[in-house]
Amino acid sequence: MNLKKTANLLSPLEREILPLLNKYSSLSDLQKKSGLKEVEVMRALQWLSNKQIIELKEELKEVIKLDENGRQYLKDGLPEKRFLNAIKEEALTLDEIKSKANLSKEEVNACLGILRKKNAINIGKDRGFLIVSINENGKKMLEKESLEALFLKLKFPFEIKDLTNEEKYAFEELKKRKDIIKADLLKLKSAHLTPLGKKIIKIKLKKKSIDTLDSSMLKSGSWKGKDFRSYDISINVPRIYGGKRHFVKESINYIRKIMLSFGFKEMTGPLLQTSFWNFDALFTAQDHPVRELQDTFYIKDPEFGKLPKNLVNKIRLAHEKGIQGSTGWQYKWSENEAKKNVLRTHTTVLSARTLAKLKKTDLPAKFFAIGRCFRNETLDWSHLFEFNQFEGIVVGDVNFRDHIGFLREFFKRLGFEKARFRPAYFPYVEPGLEIDVFHPVHKKWIELGGTGILRPEVVVPLLGEDIPVLAWGPGFDRIIMDYYNVNDMRELYKNDLKKNREVKSWLK
Amino acid sequence: MPLIKLQKQVLLKKIGRKISDDKLKDRISMLGTDIESIEGDEINVEIFPNRPDMLSEQGFSRAFSSFMGINTGLKEYKTEKSNERLIIDKSVANIRPYTACAIIKDLEFDDCKIKEIINIQEKLHSSFGRNRKRCAIGIYPFEKIKTPIYYKALKPEEIKFRPLECSEAMSAKQILSQHKAGKEYGYLLNGLKKYPVFIDSDDNILSMPPIINSHSTGKVTDKTKDVFIECSGFDIRILKQCLNILATTLADMGGKIYSMELEYGRKKIKTPDLEPTIMKIDLDYVNKILGINFKEKDIKKYLERMGYRYNHNRVYVPAYRVDVLHQIDLVEDIAIAYGYENFKGKLPDFFTIGMENPFEVYKDKVSQILVGLGLLECYTYHLSNKSIQSEKTNCKSDLVEIKDTKTEYNCLRTWIIPSLLQVLSENKHNEYPQNIFDIGTAFKKGNSETGVVENDRLAICLCNEESNFTKIKQILDYLFSQLDLKYEIKDFDHDSFIEGRTGRINVKGKNAGFIGEINPKVLSNFELTMPVAALELNLTELFSLL
Repeated sequence: MNLKKTANLLSPLEREILPLLNKYSSLSDLQKKSGLKEVEVMRALQWLSNKQIIELKEELKEVIKLDENGRQYLKDGLPEKRFLNAIKEEALTLDEIKSKANLSKEEVNACLGILRKKNAINIGKDRGFLIVSINENGKKMLEKESLEALFLKLKFPFEIKDLTNEEKYAFEELKKRKDIIKADLLKLKSAHLTPLGKKIIKIKLKKKSIDTLDSSMLKSGSWKGKDFRSYDISINVPRIYGGKRHFVKESINYIRKIMLSFGFKEMTGPLLQTSFWNFDALFTAQDHPVRELQDTFYIKDPEFGKLPKNLVNKIRLAHEKGIQGSTGWQYKWSENEAKKNVLRTHTTVLSARTLAKLKKTDLPAKFFAIGRCFRNETLDWSHLFEFNQFEGIVVGDVNFRDHIGFLREFFKRLGFEKARFRPAYFPYVEPGLEIDVFHPVHKKWIELGGTGILRPEVVVPLLGEDIPVLAWGPGFDRIIMDYYNVNDMRELYKNDLKKNREVKSWLK
Repeated sequence: MPLIKLQKQVLLKKIGRKISDDKLKDRISMLGTDIESIEGDEINVEIFPNRPDMLSEQGFSRAFSSFMGINTGLKEYKTEKSNERLIIDKSVANIRPYTACAIIKDLEFDDCKIKEIINIQEKLHSSFGRNRKRCAIGIYPFEKIKTPIYYKALKPEEIKFRPLECSEAMSAKQILSQHKAGKEYGYLLNGLKKYPVFIDSDDNILSMPPIINSHSTGKVTDKTKDVFIECSGFDIRILKQCLNILATTLADMGGKIYSMELEYGRKKIKTPDLEPTIMKIDLDYVNKILGINFKEKDIKKYLERMGYRYNHNRVYVPAYRVDVLHQIDLVEDIAIAYGYENFKGKLPDFFTIGMENPFEVYKDKVSQILVGLGLLECYTYHLSNKSIQSEKTNCKSDLVEIKDTKTEYNCLRTWIIPSLLQVLSENKHNEYPQNIFDIGTAFKKGNSETGVVENDRLAICLCNEESNFTKIKQILDYLFSQLDLKYEIKDFDHDSFIEGRTGRINVKGKNAGFIGEINPKVLSNFELTMPVAALELNLTELFSLL
């Protein structure tokens, strides 16, 4: 990075401190000279150091500090001075001095020692008590400050090596006394220009660069002739999240788009259906295991729905005796069983309803549906009681080869170039197929579900004649799970907001 | 789907050549049976429910070897007359009215074969027999039985015999309450005053269908050579089919089939009847469905590969096939024999116009508008639970309950906000604000085909320190301005919301939803410690007003 650019990055605080670094290096000096607060100076130094303009050093030094008594004496005066003051006018006993000068017994004793040594007092006796009086030396001492008193007024902390001879004397004296001064270790911070810093400091910087451009500057034009402080553009910024569609809805919309581009019309319809539409119209015998309570959700109340009058007998015939060359299932078909309300187990129920409404003049026709279906399941990583199915039917002059052609095109659009078809059984289609697609990354076949050509027993009662109807209805939760790398089906419906915010968008 | 185990060596011997495991897997699945695995000599195959004739090693290899070009065409099974009689008493008419029977002679049993037969019986019971409800099967050592055999119903107190693998005789009541099979299948006799039994001319009870055989007259051992087999149930056609499957399987194991005479009062029938049924096939129909130009000789070849005989548009369907109802079933078998992998896909040459459902488009637009406001879409279940729908939300409603659920989800939701409150309560550890919405179906009892009316509803929950009535109403304002609709807010009481901060959303004089601040009592029921402002709109209603 060139010098000018680096210099431009400097914040106002850094710009204040940088010129001072030519002369000063200690934190305290920099603070004094800049008039900034300690935290501000520290922040500026840290930023400068991050930019490698200065080097920050830390030194440990032995220094002298005032201790508890020292701080007290600085305020109240040294005890010996207060002692002398107490006997300035008259000789007093030790007890009298103690209370007059407000000293402790210890201090009184210490004072006796010091003042005697300095020859500032006379000691006599009266009726068994010691009596202390001031002498000329003592009076002189009262007139000027002692070396010790001056020492206390120095600016702490400092190093011993910086002391004058007189100060050294006072230091030695005070050191002997209790809790007046103490030695301490101190961290001293200092800042030193690096070679880069020495170059930068020579660049003429405008003290005032523009930090935030605001509307008032734009209105007044005050930005003119000023520099804009450069930002550290590689810095991490706080995360934000946008509003977002749910990823399952996105994938549903993608499939919708494919079906529309293939010329299919969308079918919709209720989730709750009569068994008539969900099973009987699709030629599923009434004793077929799929209709059992343990596989299918039935409703407690209202338990039964209404049957479409125009179709009941046709469906009954298809089941009991068969139509158009079929033997049917040859059992007694029950209307009551057909009336049972059921949560739809497949979207094929919508195809059945569509066929029932279709007129001959509408043909050929293609329809699709995408929707929620239900099965009575427990909930675990691979089982859900709700799932999505997509459904397509093609009605008209079509055959098995068209069926395979459509499915191949469809799965190609979903990203599966290779698909294979195996014979499989579903009650309402014949021929029936199972679709496998080859996963291009995992290099294995995935089973996607069943398709086939609707049986005549389904088509004839609903449509009035045996016209081929290609039908497919694979589940597509597995495709969604694969695209989003979801291993647990429950995650599709879990709504973990953190995950949903972060999950990638459907990019197809 | 039922799973069967096969021995690879036995199967390969039948088709008379060696093929790789991969090829074998491919061929098995292209026959229309789901290959589960090949491990060592063991092959596991899933059989689709329409092919109970393939539930045994014999049945499977019969179909498979023919598919592979060995022993193609219709397999004939000879039936000889035994002159043995079985008399069906009137007493079973309202209990378990029908049976179909046969005698298979000259079988050589060993432990392995006995196990195999029990296996076949179990597989047929669970699938084709619908767990013995539709059809129950009994197999007995014929030498221990004195004919004629009677099928009749007795009062429970008249029934006493030693059930299979038990040490002592038990009464019918004891069997149903103590025996394993009695406990499992006893419900099939619930409410009956009499129970069905097979009983021989020495008054020995052979079995009490569909529960259990007798130990003394109903246990096949390695000394057994001839067996009496019966299927009992409610639909004679089904029973005959089941008997045919069983009899042909035993014949493939080396037995000889003998028919029996069944006396239903004056009406006498002979079972089994292994004559093939005849179905007409139309070459044009085959080609129309498959999109291929097959000649007659082609479909003859393919039908023979699938075990049929073909002669002048007539197809002879073996008596063990239960899945051929219409010539379309033959078309599928022709396609299978030709090979699904050999069909070249094409696209039809007609043109159709794609079209979305306008309501789906409308809902999608609403979602997009809300996403523009920074809201996060959720995706929730329609199934809910009574506590979430009414107790936790402090709101009574007439719920649509579902039967026999396997989870705690026991009803359909009547509104969507509870689903979102549930989402919020599960996301307390995640960053706020949590402003979410969902569009989904809600259910309430009413006038419709099913007696339940479904509406698609939008719910929005704003959950953050600042959420309040103003914030949620701003969203409503913006949404309605984008939808070009006007609305009014009317006073409204709703126990899920704070009183005086709830309103009904009224559009063109109709109730279209409600809006407000969620009651702290409700929030605490969902263990939420952040305020929630919410709205719910009936989009089905709004769309109908357009």
